[in-house]
Amino acid sequence: MSAMVKDNLSEIVTVNMGPQHPSTHGVLRLVVDLDGETIVGVRPDVGFLHRGVEKLAEHRTYHQFIPLTDRLDYLSPLSNNLAYCLAVEKFFDVKIPERAEYLRVIFAELARAASHLVWIATHALDIGAMTVFLYAFRERELILDMFEIATGQRMTSSWIRVGGIREDVPPLFFEKLKEFVSIFDDRINTYENLLTKNRIWLSRTVGIGKLSREDALDYGVSGPIMRGSGIDFDLRRDEPYGIYNRFKFEVAVSDGCDIYSRYLVRVKEMRESNKILQQALDQIPEGPVMTDDPRIEIPSHEDVYEKMEALIRRFYIITKGFAAPKGEAYGCVEAPKGELGFYIVSDGDTKPYRLKIRAPSYVNLGALEAMAKGHMLADLVGIIGSVDIVLGEIDR
Amino acid sequence: MGLMEHKFSDNIITSTVDGVINWARRSSLWPVTFGLACCAIEMMAAGASKYDLDRLGIIFRATPRQSDLMIVAGTVTRKMAPVVRKVYDQMPEPKWVIAMGSCATSGGIFDTYSTVQGVDEIVPVDFYIPGCPPRPEALLDALVALQEKIKSDKVLRK
Repeated sequence: MSAMVKDNLSEIVTVNMGPQHPSTHGVLRLVVDLDGETIVGVRPDVGFLHRGVEKLAEHRTYHQFIPLTDRLDYLSPLSNNLAYCLAVEKFFDVKIPERAEYLRVIFAELARAASHLVWIATHALDIGAMTVFLYAFRERELILDMFEIATGQRMTSSWIRVGGIREDVPPLFFEKLKEFVSIFDDRINTYENLLTKNRIWLSRTVGIGKLSREDALDYGVSGPIMRGSGIDFDLRRDEPYGIYNRFKFEVAVSDGCDIYSRYLVRVKEMRESNKILQQALDQIPEGPVMTDDPRIEIPSHEDVYEKMEALIRRFYIITKGFAAPKGEAYGCVEAPKGELGFYIVSDGDTKPYRLKIRAPSYVNLGALEAMAKGHMLADLVGIIGSVDIVLGEIDR
Repeated sequence: MGLMEHKFSDNIITSTVDGVINWARRSSLWPVTFGLACCAIEMMAAGASKYDLDRLGIIFRATPRQSDLMIVAGTVTRKMAPVVRKVYDQMPEPKWVIAMGSCATSGGIFDTYSTVQGVDEIVPVDFYIPGCPPRPEALLDALVALQEKIKSDKVLRK
């Protein structure tokens, strides 16, 4: 072999991937350094979906910002609503009515299931298993139908409010939910039958995209990626918000540190979500769904039509908003992708002085290079899928 | 074709050339998989089991070179705009564009420094779908409307 050919063989080639690429889950661009087919470096280039959400927050009252949170992680809008409202509620130390707390849990867990269903669908599609996509979207439609019954919107529902939720759900919602809870475990078995012991799936996922326990801690990853690296931590159990301490569920952990263990974690999480939904269904009490704290309460429509004070109050709080006391607050939830946090700085106005979103996908994407180094280019698609990124919340 | 198979002698069908061309074009609209944001998920839902775009002859292609329809599903930012235009330019003629959702139509709720206020600033748009995001039914409606539009296109006629 001549010296020239030899030199060329070890040459590092830099290639572009995205932003128009079906497997980058949106508009992610990757600059990949290759030695032959082996990845020696990956640099994500983000910002193709930067819409200026954090800046918009500074010009919106606290309630007006809720619809924008929907469009961050658009696979689980209700989790985002919840995280944001928890952050704002920290300013007021408000007591949320029981029924609203239960409905919040139901919404959050349904959102988790819907998000994981899109993940399993697209992740399997990327690796080449088309059938799972069709099955997972079938079940997702059931969840979206429920959201539509409860909130009137399929995806961007904006239903959780500071101090409760907007309106009680109709009885049909619970009928559908009962039906869904009873079949969902069986449907997860279907996906598992297709993938868990599938030889092609195993050879594409086991041992690929390694992220050691130490690296996971160093990069600050959260959610299923962290638990897939053997770290037993879940905000729902370890720093419970809302009423999560009342539910019995297991935290899915797997210590394979690879794509396959992240897959196992997410599948288990769907089952655990189903358990939480069942418990919430059994325990949910009757009652109001909006706090009666006069500082932030939005009067109900019935009151508005009958009582003058309620009408004035509603008009005032919708047009002008409510002022949060001077200070800072951080609210976070265990979103489907990891720890989703909203950090709000208030200068005593009806609008935040500054709002920072701690998006789990953004932090998790930081560990991409550690996961991808040394693997083949073709595995990069599977690794991106296992990170489960949503560009809406990465670029904000 | 079971009932009609091997029942006739050599035969012809009379039609206009344009009629045949437009029939072929509208029956195999291949959109490029080009999801930008939230609307892309509804676009996927439209392609999945419940709504099933395949029955309209619509199959998503991963490359603009094989596509004749671009569904702009989501927010177009200033950083993304040149890419959208490039993908459009790479598509062979004839080509159509559907602006899906309020962001692609007018910028929607994102009236900010970084968002393009409607994709029609970059590429010519055939159909606009309102909604944030629009339901899959709304997308289907636009696709059927586009097929109707193609039906009346003049290809060889003056």
